[in-house]
Amino acid sequence: MRTKGFAKHYYLMLLPGFIWLILFSIVPMFGIVIAFQNYNPGLGVFGSEFVGLETFRYMFELNDTMNVFFNTIYIAIMKIVGNLIVPLVFALMLNEVRYMGLKRSIQTIVYLPHFLSWVILGGVLLDIFAYGGPINQLLAMFGIDPVLFFGRADLFPFLVVGSDVWKEFGFNTIIYLAALTGINPALYEAASIDGASRLRLLWHVTLPGIRTTAVLLAVLSLGNVLNAGFDQIFNLYNPLVYSSGDIIDTWVYRAGLLNLQYELATAVGLLKSVAGFMLISLSYYLAYRFTNYRIF
Amino acid sequence: MFKSKTFSSKMVDIILIIILVVIAITCILPLWYTLALSLSSKSAAAAGAVGLWPVDFNFNSYQQLLQDSQFFKSFWISVQRVVLGAGLNFIIVPLMAYPLSKTVKDFKGRNVLMWTLIFTMLFNGGLIPLYLTIKAYGLMNSIWALVLVGGAQTIVFNIILTINFFRNLPSSLEEAALVDGAGPWYILTKVFIPLSVPVLATISLFSIVYHWNEFLYGLIFMTREEFYPLQTYIQQLVVSVDPSTMTEDQYKRLSELSNRTLDAAKIFIAMIPVLLVYPFLQRYFIHGITLGSVKE
Repeated sequence: MRTKGFAKHYYLMLLPGFIWLILFSIVPMFGIVIAFQNYNPGLGVFGSEFVGLETFRYMFELNDTMNVFFNTIYIAIMKIVGNLIVPLVFALMLNEVRYMGLKRSIQTIVYLPHFLSWVILGGVLLDIFAYGGPINQLLAMFGIDPVLFFGRADLFPFLVVGSDVWKEFGFNTIIYLAALTGINPALYEAASIDGASRLRLLWHVTLPGIRTTAVLLAVLSLGNVLNAGFDQIFNLYNPLVYSSGDIIDTWVYRAGLLNLQYELATAVGLLKSVAGFMLISLSYYLAYRFTNYRIF
Repeated sequence: MFKSKTFSSKMVDIILIIILVVIAITCILPLWYTLALSLSSKSAAAAGAVGLWPVDFNFNSYQQLLQDSQFFKSFWISVQRVVLGAGLNFIIVPLMAYPLSKTVKDFKGRNVLMWTLIFTMLFNGGLIPLYLTIKAYGLMNSIWALVLVGGAQTIVFNIILTINFFRNLPSSLEEAALVDGAGPWYILTKVFIPLSVPVLATISLFSIVYHWNEFLYGLIFMTREEFYPLQTYIQQLVVSVDPSTMTEDQYKRLSELSNRTLDAAKIFIAMIPVLLVYPFLQRYFIHGITLGSVKE
């Protein structure tokens, strides 16, 4: 093909985007050296003294950080499980609906929360679960005393997971629905001529048909074990639930930007970035090995 | 598709539809409640008397909102941010995706550049280095900090989506253009872009929603309230609590003291732009996501 001499145009096309990414993604990576310094804002990155792994040693001595790592993984794993299973079950149920109009309307409505921010939904949820809010009013009808939902450390992780699954299940359904439409209808016809019931069709045709997709999503979600959701928790938590709800990202925000512990916050953030990078790489590799799926 | 008409099968259908409709309703009920709250009287809201219908229906909170000049300033900043952010995204993404959709045979540097790009998506310096970099650039209190930082973090995902879409276009189209003597710029703008409406609509929707919803960078890069985008303004007013220690009673009182009807009005107005663009772009994003075959 006559594509000789195109390469210089290709580089030209890529140039603006790469300048953008270098300035705003790659340059900030060099700030990581702060984690190995006794950082002094007056002297900057170039003038501050290097202290090696001192900050990391200090980090592991803090009870705080261990608790924060635990909370992050605990909440993230519950979210991963919920966000895999609920959309799958929902997609299977939706797939059984044969009135296209109704199916479309339901789909349109359940995708919606995905597109609203956690600032908005945080405000809405705090209102609904407020001490005098509608949920407590409802409980009162059954004679249950009002609960200070978002002020209870023991309930907080479950509220976070529940509300996240509620926000995202519709959107996560899209992939499963796409996989379901990919199943050859002839398989259903053949099986029902052989006398298969609806349950048998589900078991022998539908589920095997989306198995690869389910495995793929499970493997890919591995990369999110350290992402418990900054936006959500930041907009829902308060000092009463720090013990069970504080995650790496929210802790880094408070330690770094509110308490100005730059080195410590950078060190914790770096540990998260490195571990997260390895987890995502591993999950992408496994996805390729097991399902032959390439993302790039 | 077959249709079984037994009685039990019909019962299953009915129960299924009821469950699905109830689930769908839970997705809009919170938004509906916020609307009802914003249209109720302050005293009714404080007493927790508001359910699914406004109590003492009035527009007071919306009239009060009209006098809040900061709300409109922030709204305008968000609008500017969305236009700039989504506009840049719309230009840069196809420009980068086109050369990167080529094989190494046609474009030698392709793999190295692609992996650099992916590295910026999977790894980052963390919050503190990012903050210090933007400060060093002198972009504090500038809308460009919001547009460029957020953009750099979301652009790579959109590029991957677009690359996968480009690769699925029939290669004979490009070959025909080449035979006619078309250059790379002509092929991109006159062949690829017109054929990529679903994916371009999808990445535009993602970009619009991202820039509209993002609040953290407004919080850390803007030192004065007058520069806050809308979500940051709402976050500071409605959601955020003093991060010092707090007792249960203080937390309870906080939720009672706040002006709930006015807050609800703000939240509801902030939702409207997403509610408006979403239905128009919905048919594209499902198509765009599944055809781009990025399963996230």
